[in-house]
Amino acid sequence: MATMLDSYVAEAERAASAGRQGDPTWLMETRRHALERFTALGFPTTREEEWRFTSLAPIAERRFVLAKNGASALRPQDLDPLRLPGTTAATLVFANGRYVPAASDIRGLPPGVRIDSLGVAMSQPASAIEKHLTRAASADRHAFTALNTAFLLDGAFLSVPDGIQVETPIQFVFLAIGDEPETVAHPRVLVVMGAGSKASIVESYSGAHASPYFTNTVTELFAGEDATLNHYKLQQESAACAHIGAMYVRAARNSTVTCHSISLGGSLVRNEVIVVMDGEGAECTLNGLYFGDGRTLVDNHTTIDHARPHCTSREVYKGILADHARAVFNGKIIVRPDAQKTDAKQTNKALLLSEDAQINTKPELEIFANDVKCTHGAAIGQMDEEAIFYLRARGFGEHEARRMLIQAFAGDVLSRIPIGTLGARLDQELMRRLPGEHR
Amino acid sequence: MLRIENLHVRAGNRDILRGVNLSIDIGQVHAIMGPNGSGKSTLARVLAGHPEYAVTGGTVAYRGQDLLAMDPEMRAREGVFMAFQYPVEIPGVNNAYFLKSALNALRKHRGEEELDAMDFMTLVRDRMKWLDMDETLLNRAVNEGFSGGEKKRNEIFQMAVLEPALAILDETDSGLDIDALRIVARGVNAMRGPDRAILLVTHYQRLLNYIVPDVVHVLTDGRIVRSGGKELALELEEKGYVWLEQAV
Repeated sequence: MATMLDSYVAEAERAASAGRQGDPTWLMETRRHALERFTALGFPTTREEEWRFTSLAPIAERRFVLAKNGASALRPQDLDPLRLPGTTAATLVFANGRYVPAASDIRGLPPGVRIDSLGVAMSQPASAIEKHLTRAASADRHAFTALNTAFLLDGAFLSVPDGIQVETPIQFVFLAIGDEPETVAHPRVLVVMGAGSKASIVESYSGAHASPYFTNTVTELFAGEDATLNHYKLQQESAACAHIGAMYVRAARNSTVTCHSISLGGSLVRNEVIVVMDGEGAECTLNGLYFGDGRTLVDNHTTIDHARPHCTSREVYKGILADHARAVFNGKIIVRPDAQKTDAKQTNKALLLSEDAQINTKPELEIFANDVKCTHGAAIGQMDEEAIFYLRARGFGEHEARRMLIQAFAGDVLSRIPIGTLGARLDQELMRRLPGEHR
Repeated sequence: MLRIENLHVRAGNRDILRGVNLSIDIGQVHAIMGPNGSGKSTLARVLAGHPEYAVTGGTVAYRGQDLLAMDPEMRAREGVFMAFQYPVEIPGVNNAYFLKSALNALRKHRGEEELDAMDFMTLVRDRMKWLDMDETLLNRAVNEGFSGGEKKRNEIFQMAVLEPALAILDETDSGLDIDALRIVARGVNAMRGPDRAILLVTHYQRLLNYIVPDVVHVLTDGRIVRSGGKELALELEEKGYVWLEQAV
């Protein structure tokens, strides 16, 4: 185990020193501190409550090496299926976590909006970055966030100034590319939304590798006062992927933040969303849909921290599990002592398509205020055979009836995606992955 | 149109139907009455092809074909319709979409062209009038959040749109108040015709005041013990099922 950690340390030190001579001191210090934390923490084990049902052996027992800059291997057709339907304000493309300017397009952005590769932005004296980077995603307690930060070389940076509304979506495409086995990339995203600003961001992850690879992402989103932020994470990695993603959100006063997490690929998947409601009157919506088949493990951990009064949160997570797939859902809602008038509602549902599929689900409510409204509900079930018979009795074939019910189950989440035909496309993608469908 | 001979059906390890014989000619309305647990609903569900029942003996011929050899969807496409006693809620599936797809599956099977949205809506609006249904029900999920009466009405509405050759109504009257019963009966009566047979399964005679059957059968303990005209229903109402059970 120690030798595996050592190899990450050696690589991180090498990458950092070979990276940029001009890196500012704060950045070098940030990386060094994160590496120390990672070494001290090590990979979590199932003895830790937060990882009780999720064995990281597929990551911890392999020696993943930092993926090479994949820009030269990137073909335009790799991107075609990932492009959003309709117009986008900007598209940033990353191959193995490194920015590919040639494949990116930022011409549709309104003036004043800043978008860049983090690699470039970090090396400039830019207080916006230093003020925000790692401020939501602390490396202190989370080993994977520490590891990502230790390898902080590049990523996506977006800053929307006060009062600027970006109406068309902005897309960050992260592709795992190349044919080397056992590689890792550490994609990073930083979004800073000014007061009263608005943006929709689609962050997509995919890869075509047939051999094991590891994606370790960290996203930090800062929504300023009265800002509106819609975020979509689309995880469509190949079946060989271990995908560990952590997203940290800070929602300021009266901001409205909506995060959708659609997780369709990967073999070992952990999606963490940690939202801190940092100002009165903030509203947060988390919508999740995940699918697992084969021997996949999909783990979704969400935390909504009601740190201030009068905040509202709504959360709906739905999972579809086939074959021997396993899932974990853990939804934590914290209501701090002075967060009176909190209104929080959480629902999670799972549809098990096979007898061998299973889910461990746990709502975790920690309520320290007394004048609050918090509800949660979980429902886990198999296909409703009476509903299938009902549909068949009206002339639908059995296969079609099952698809209709699955589609209806997922549609509850997918229909909430207001970006052109994206919801329909994800629906097709899900249908294609179902057992019994041609792949 | 429908000929059931010596039908034996088992659910789990319980024999429910124990030699049912029944023939329905096209154009006729038959009613099957019987006490709770007599096997009435089982008969309806077996005819629709519910997988939880095992047919252990007998035959069912529908328009000369072996009905029991067909999948439920094939029976539906061939014109068999069962109005469910407990219509199923299907969250997320839009009622109009569901009905249009069902109708077009039937039409496709018959080699007819699919109905476009306009023609479909014209048909649907017309049938909704028969049943005094609120058009907003079309935009809701199938049966989701419908009251008991709305669900039953929705079943008959589906029947009116799908126009089956053989309609089996499984206790459609249960849970309906008198006004709803009248409306449902109006829908069913509108469907009566020389090209269609209707089988009403009911516990109470009440429904038969509004939908007058040609033939009434009494099912007790898995067998048809008496068949007769519509007067039989009145006699049963008066004397109760015990009268017949004692007579057997």
